[in-house]
Amino acid sequence: MEDKQYMEYVHANAQKSNHLVTLVWAFIVGGIICCIGQGFGDLFKFALPNWEKSKIAALVSMTMIFLGSFLTGIGVYDKLGAKAGGGSIVPITGFANSVVSPAMEFNKEGIVLGMMAKMFVVAGPIIVAGTVSSVASGIIYYIVGLFQ
Amino acid sequence: MKVGKQTYLLDNKVYIQSAYSLAGPYESKGNFRDYFDCVMEDDEWKCKSHEMAEIEMQRFVIGECLSRVNVSPLDCGAIMGGDLINQIVPTSFSARDFHTPFMGLYNACATFGEALSIASTLVNGDFDKIVCCTSSHYATAERQYRYPLELGTQPTPESQWTVTGSGAVLLSKKAGEYPLVKGYTIGRVLDFGLTDPNNMGGAMAPAAANTIITHFKDTGRSPDYYDLIITGDLGRFGRETLHYLCKKEGYELNNLNDCGSMMYCDKQKAGQGGSGAGCCSLVFASYLYKKLVDKSLKKILFVPTGAMLSKDSALQGESIPGIAHAVIIEREDFY
Amino acid sequence: MEMFLGYVKAFAIGGLVCMIAQILINKTKMTSARILVMFLLLGVFLEVIDVFKYIENFAGAGITIPITGFGSTIVKGAKEGAKIGFFEAITYGFRNMAGGLTAAVFFGFFFALIFKSHSKKA
Repeated sequence: MEDKQYMEYVHANAQKSNHLVTLVWAFIVGGIICCIGQGFGDLFKFALPNWEKSKIAALVSMTMIFLGSFLTGIGVYDKLGAKAGGGSIVPITGFANSVVSPAMEFNKEGIVLGMMAKMFVVAGPIIVAGTVSSVASGIIYYIVGLFQ
Repeated sequence: MKVGKQTYLLDNKVYIQSAYSLAGPYESKGNFRDYFDCVMEDDEWKCKSHEMAEIEMQRFVIGECLSRVNVSPLDCGAIMGGDLINQIVPTSFSARDFHTPFMGLYNACATFGEALSIASTLVNGDFDKIVCCTSSHYATAERQYRYPLELGTQPTPESQWTVTGSGAVLLSKKAGEYPLVKGYTIGRVLDFGLTDPNNMGGAMAPAAANTIITHFKDTGRSPDYYDLIITGDLGRFGRETLHYLCKKEGYELNNLNDCGSMMYCDKQKAGQGGSGAGCCSLVFASYLYKKLVDKSLKKILFVPTGAMLSKDSALQGESIPGIAHAVIIEREDFY
Repeated sequence: MEMFLGYVKAFAIGGLVCMIAQILINKTKMTSARILVMFLLLGVFLEVIDVFKYIENFAGAGITIPITGFGSTIVKGAKEGAKIGFFEAITYGFRNMAGGLTAAVFFGFFFALIFKSHSKKA
């Protein structure tokens, strides 16, 4: 059998993801995590009326990151992720999970060269993409500002 | 004696004198739960890391396999085996506790087939008593080939579950009521260009089909000659694909089954089934060996399959080549 | 009532964003790091074309809690800094990222000290 023919056979016959189930799970879990974030936002707005909006937003993400890290630590987040997929990856708690899980995995190789060094094997690309787009957009806005 | 292109039949008798199997906690709830010699209650096994647990697993299995038939490690010609971890650390580290010559092998999940082939040839020659042992561990394989354990990723439906477990067999010249290794067909590395590292069954099925068909052409036997043709870790989809590929070539394998897809029962969510170097050795040392000893199976063709990939090769866009070795194991009737 | 409606909107939009990610996972077998980078860049893009604030006004946490919110705060920082000077233009984006990053690194370190990763039991 030819390579190409075989590839077509495999693509046609391999088991596919169940779209309906995975999408509903992602929708519900993602929605609930966002509602929890909204709840913290309202709570902090109420408790700290003097803080400006951007600081409240940062505080909310830090709280959500704490929650994500904690759930990863006690071993709940990976079970949630197996069900929810995108629903638990895309919220900021998923970013926390991608930092904490390699740190926990590699702490057997020592604190410095294991945990600290490997902490960003999954989340590194996100930080790099964020930093690069920050600098790039900063330069663009600066140049645009010069002509205004 | 060489037969055909890739098949060798052994002139002398090579007995499988002893076998021992150790299964992980998840495997011990699967279909073969009644056949395992020993079961781990948790997969860390009081070790500091999962890698150390895998070393300890192999050490334990080799030791028990020998002490079961009162053979001292010093009387063994060699220990032979491998696993999936970088530089086959678990096997070679476990061998340091025995004062026995050691040969490390690697053929991904087909290592057990390679070990049986080489060991049987050596025992057919001047060697006596060789232990073949392979192992795999879910947590160590997951860390090396995929993601950290706690990362919330979703397993794709075509993925397989790495078996936690280890199996060892002792090949020797000592005559007795044991199953025999009669010969083997060494497989070729075949690549059909599949790149999805989750779908290893699809990548290995062509190699398994090639080895099995070559075996039948070389020996002139038909599939009905064997009571059971059992592959290593193709999984459900891989098994169906293998059946389809052989049918296309005119070989109807009615007695085909697969260790990986038999490993877990339906309610265990393990995707297509088990995989890993320990999968086929665990099933062989437990279920198959016991069936061979009580004569409910007499002639089997045991075909461990392997997918050769590393994390980096997949990222560099390489496709996944597969390999399979077929080993003929028979009972003699005239006892 | 208005507050309750806010939660419904956050749930709907947040769920929708996650559902798009799930479609990508099902269709392209992307890994979580790629998905996160893509949605971060989506947030950056929405902020640059000035659409993000309309979605935020409508959905609240539905768009800021997904990693898109992280992307938008970065650009907001850069925008703010560009008004002051060149140095601020290139550094203020990272300054806005500092809160989340600090939390992630600190809690990552802290929890990795206490907890050990465990094998999955499905």
